[in-house]
Amino acid sequence: MTHHQPAIETSPKVSDEVRKTTCYMCACRCGINVHMKDGKVAYIEGNRDHPVNKGVLCAKGSAGIMQVNAPSRLKNPMKRVGPRGSGEFEDITWEEALTIATDWLKPLRETAPEKLAFFTGRDQSQSFTGMWAQNYGTPNYAAHGGFCSVNMAAAGIYTMGGAFWEFGQPDWDRAKLLMFFGVAEDHDSNPIKMGIGRLKGNGGKIYGVNPIRSGYNAVADEWVGITPGTDGLFILALVHELLKAGKVDLNYLAQFTNTPVLVNDDPKSDAYGMFLRNKAGKMLVIDRKTGKPAAFDKKGVKPDLGASHKVGKTPYRTVFQLMAERYLSDEYAPDAVAERCGITAGRIRAIAADIARVAFDEAFELDIPWTDFRGDKHEKMQGRPVAFHSMRGISAHSNGFQTARALHMLQIILGSVEAPGGFRFKPPYPKPVEGHPKPHFEVTPGKPLNGPHLGYPQGPEDLGLKPDGTAVRIDKAFTWENPMSAHGLMHMVISNAHAGDPYKIDTLFMFMANMSWNSSMNTSGVMDMLTDKNADGEYVIPRIIYSDAYSSEMVAYADLILPDATYLERHDCISLLDRPICEADAMADSIRWPVVEPDRDVRGFQSVLVDLAVRLGLPGFVDEKGSAIYQDYADYIVNHQRRPGVGPLAGFRGKDGKSVGRGEPNPDQMQAYIDNGGFFETHVPKEASYFKPWNAAYQKWAVEVGLFDHEQPYLFSVYSEPMRKFQAAAEGIGEHQPPEHLRDQLKRSMDPLPIWYAPNVEAAEDGGEFTVNALTQRPMAMYHSWGTQNAWLRQIHGHNPLYVPTKLWEQHGFSEGDWAQVSSPHGKITVPVSHMAALNGNTVWTWNAIGKRKGAWALDEGAPEATKGFLLNHLIHELLPPKKDGMRWNNSDPVTGQAAWFDLKVKIEKVTAPAESQPAFPPIKSPVGKGPKNLAWKVGK
Amino acid sequence: MHSLSMKQFMVTGINDMTQLPQTTDKKLGLVIDLDTCVGCQACVISCKGWNTENYGAPLSDMDAYGANPSGTFLNRVHSFEVQPDTGGCAQTVHFPKSCLHCEDAPCVTVCPTGASYKRGEDGIVLVDEDACIGCGLCAWSCPYGARELDQAAGVMKKCTLCIDRIYNENLPEVDRVPSCVRTCPAGARHFGDFADPDSDVSKLVAERGGMDLMPEQGTKPVNKYLPPRPKDTLQEVDASAPILNPVAETPKGFLGWLDKALEAL
Repeated sequence: MTHHQPAIETSPKVSDEVRKTTCYMCACRCGINVHMKDGKVAYIEGNRDHPVNKGVLCAKGSAGIMQVNAPSRLKNPMKRVGPRGSGEFEDITWEEALTIATDWLKPLRETAPEKLAFFTGRDQSQSFTGMWAQNYGTPNYAAHGGFCSVNMAAAGIYTMGGAFWEFGQPDWDRAKLLMFFGVAEDHDSNPIKMGIGRLKGNGGKIYGVNPIRSGYNAVADEWVGITPGTDGLFILALVHELLKAGKVDLNYLAQFTNTPVLVNDDPKSDAYGMFLRNKAGKMLVIDRKTGKPAAFDKKGVKPDLGASHKVGKTPYRTVFQLMAERYLSDEYAPDAVAERCGITAGRIRAIAADIARVAFDEAFELDIPWTDFRGDKHEKMQGRPVAFHSMRGISAHSNGFQTARALHMLQIILGSVEAPGGFRFKPPYPKPVEGHPKPHFEVTPGKPLNGPHLGYPQGPEDLGLKPDGTAVRIDKAFTWENPMSAHGLMHMVISNAHAGDPYKIDTLFMFMANMSWNSSMNTSGVMDMLTDKNADGEYVIPRIIYSDAYSSEMVAYADLILPDATYLERHDCISLLDRPICEADAMADSIRWPVVEPDRDVRGFQSVLVDLAVRLGLPGFVDEKGSAIYQDYADYIVNHQRRPGVGPLAGFRGKDGKSVGRGEPNPDQMQAYIDNGGFFETHVPKEASYFKPWNAAYQKWAVEVGLFDHEQPYLFSVYSEPMRKFQAAAEGIGEHQPPEHLRDQLKRSMDPLPIWYAPNVEAAEDGGEFTVNALTQRPMAMYHSWGTQNAWLRQIHGHNPLYVPTKLWEQHGFSEGDWAQVSSPHGKITVPVSHMAALNGNTVWTWNAIGKRKGAWALDEGAPEATKGFLLNHLIHELLPPKKDGMRWNNSDPVTGQAAWFDLKVKIEKVTAPAESQPAFPPIKSPVGKGPKNLAWKVGK
Repeated sequence: MHSLSMKQFMVTGINDMTQLPQTTDKKLGLVIDLDTCVGCQACVISCKGWNTENYGAPLSDMDAYGANPSGTFLNRVHSFEVQPDTGGCAQTVHFPKSCLHCEDAPCVTVCPTGASYKRGEDGIVLVDEDACIGCGLCAWSCPYGARELDQAAGVMKKCTLCIDRIYNENLPEVDRVPSCVRTCPAGARHFGDFADPDSDVSKLVAERGGMDLMPEQGTKPVNKYLPPRPKDTLQEVDASAPILNPVAETPKGFLGWLDKALEAL
């Protein structure tokens, strides 16, 4: 046959219409173009104009069409009719559902509002749900941060007024060396991938510090396969080497950090470890020009990092002296830490030398004059092209808070935070810890809580304790067990409520939190707690209300189901009052709007909360006459004002829709967002682009656009005075005293200078049989449980083997296809294994949340997710093994309460392959049936 | 050269084999940068989305929510572990693979019906689904495993280089690239004309030592791969490294250094 080719249409019509909204296939919140044909979703691509993703889109985002059409979508409100956990429900109307909820919640509010525990898992509307809970009056509200990465968030806020996570980013275009710590497919995933490409394109070098060489670590130029839980030790060894060699930015430290501030150095003084302050309360430094004390913010002051001083007989030294004393110690020398970290001393020194070389020998200046908060002018911006980024890998350990602090200290001594080429904050950060609310605990029946639930305690006086010393909150956040638990402890709610410790509750109300499966430690235990009954036959946790868009494992354990709409069927705002989507150079926020209407009897959860609030007569939601202030969530988004002129959305405010950040509500704001592609963006002025915490132009701009109400420049806190206050209390100083059994833990963990200590489990298991580290990572094509119901994504990650490194693989005589029993002090699982060479030699790992319960997510009961998939969660307890003291010791970071799931240590043994992974649970009856057999999806002709 | 199987002989024996064009005006294809591909699968799913809704039959999924889900994909990412010859740490390489639009495409010459063809103007290899009988010979002949028979439609599916995007006047010009290229977050995928030595893709291949996949197969693939940069090259440093020389030997000496250094600021 000779060459022939048919004529084909190369310019087919792409779609009838493009609707621009915001993705919710994970927490990255990219802009998406939803192509519509005949009123249906035909194709989803990234929005090129959007500040987050600039046109690109990950696998999850592109698979959104399979999510909005997933057979697992809940269809209507439901009331439980079988026993909890059975999955037997009866369909009810919304009126019936809301009446039941009101009948449960109204009497509670009038008598004991704390008996409602309201926790919203992967919520992106916390400023709204928090306001709802505050007006209801319960102290028991949080989202999932305590289970996720509060160590990272809190350490960043307390140290430098902002964190990694999605609150800051490497200066992708100017960094020459980037070091990742424990970063898998976490937040800001598309920006990170885009940044890696740009940084490599510019000839930059990437270090991946991670026990597992996958994803970003696979493309890292240097892989540091560290032993889990020792990152802090490695970081302090780098600090040791840099300090010793004088490779630190003294100018930056002197001007912008509290390292020159004078600290009381008299161990006998009640103020030992506290800063010297003047009468106005300002921290004092020694001015090198005069040799005398001066307020840190005096114009022209030259703070002396090496000063000593006396007031009367009381000696004072600078923070920098304390740092030198601690970190120059041989305790942190590479040779002393190498074995524990699993990195040779020569390699640690080589990395330190490389960092020093790039930070100082490849330093550059930007020709941008700027003025600092003291009024001192700078002709140039000093660049330090070394950037760091970090996430759960260091956060989810019981030493994670101090490790994250250590990493911030490393960034700060290099002078690279908010410097060109380093790490940059995204608005509304930077924001000092003092600029955040403190937590509030005052409960009055029938009235709102006296302020926001969550915040940043600055000393023991800010803890949430009753006069008898017991916790105000059901999760025991903000107690001596974990004083700085800024995100609450969602992972302790069910355990504590079941134990009646600190008290019993009546109603557990949750949103998007798969507690009976992958969002709990100790999954089997949680199922037991949710189904456990008292002697009188009533459930120990009497009532459970749950809202989700999908038939997750948690649905079966609730009494009342409020079905949510999918992300393409609802209104949302990604607000500056919540978790921002800004870029370092721009302030931005965005919306979701119903690009398709639900074809089921479901409602957006936030609109349901508005309805419930009106039925309950909550202040803020009803006027004096009891009438609704907001019709629904969209109405709230446009018309709510958190402060005068400042609402959930910053763009298109004011009557004419032209005000930015501040301005009265604009009734056409939602349409203005839609017309603008679903987002709003305004750029940071050039002279304000770096050194934001101290940059007068930035501070002025931030007030203008409503990020805060007054300028609030501050110093970075390498030394944390709030931590010292807690530590001092543990030493017996002050009126607020911890219980005896927590004194040692507080003395150690609340050290005001970054330290490293062995993780909890390691200490508990020292010399025991559980010696292998076990980790999970999130795959790039899945977001928690959500991906499984997606016909396209589940073909990429349909089951998850336990990856075993070469040494252990050979030691146990494994072959591909083998299974292992994996045990911890808490439990046993039996799972398939697979060999991986690019892995720390004493670490096993698996993908997070692939394993599924039979009957959930509208999957066939024989789905590989249920028969071969598994969760490590069964091996992790929310409590540490009993210490024979009768206490319930949390498996959490002692500073923040962050769930320490990466502390897990296991034993592995080769076993005969079972029929399916163990433990296996009986199927749940699916409330939505099962999906169709085959798909050939095409909505156009 | 391929040897012929009996099946192939029987089919081709009764039909002329399909011919390739003598030359093509352009050689459109992809450069995939293995140094920056993080294996995120964005290209895989974007491709699935576009090509399900567009060119030809939808890319179907059998047993989509069941025990053995199996769907048609035009692009898949494979992950390999590589143990360097020099010793050192094992490395993970993510390797996206789709049709390479070979100059000497055996999938075309083997086609008994003329359904598989290579376009004269741009070199894109396509399947005319109306003429495809689903015999599977082309998939058998492709050394790269880049073709998949759609189980629902019974026709052969393969990468079209998004021929319904790259010339599509209904798309903004900037979007006239394959969907995998448009979506790739790491910027690891590049599209262009390899017949033009001044094109971005030709320059990338020249600068970075772009490689053919399995050149010994003699298929002359148009798509190229950029190899990963050398990894783990940092040399260990002993305590006497000049850049880490201590500024002082004692704590007091350190404070002395500090004083001098601050004075110099």
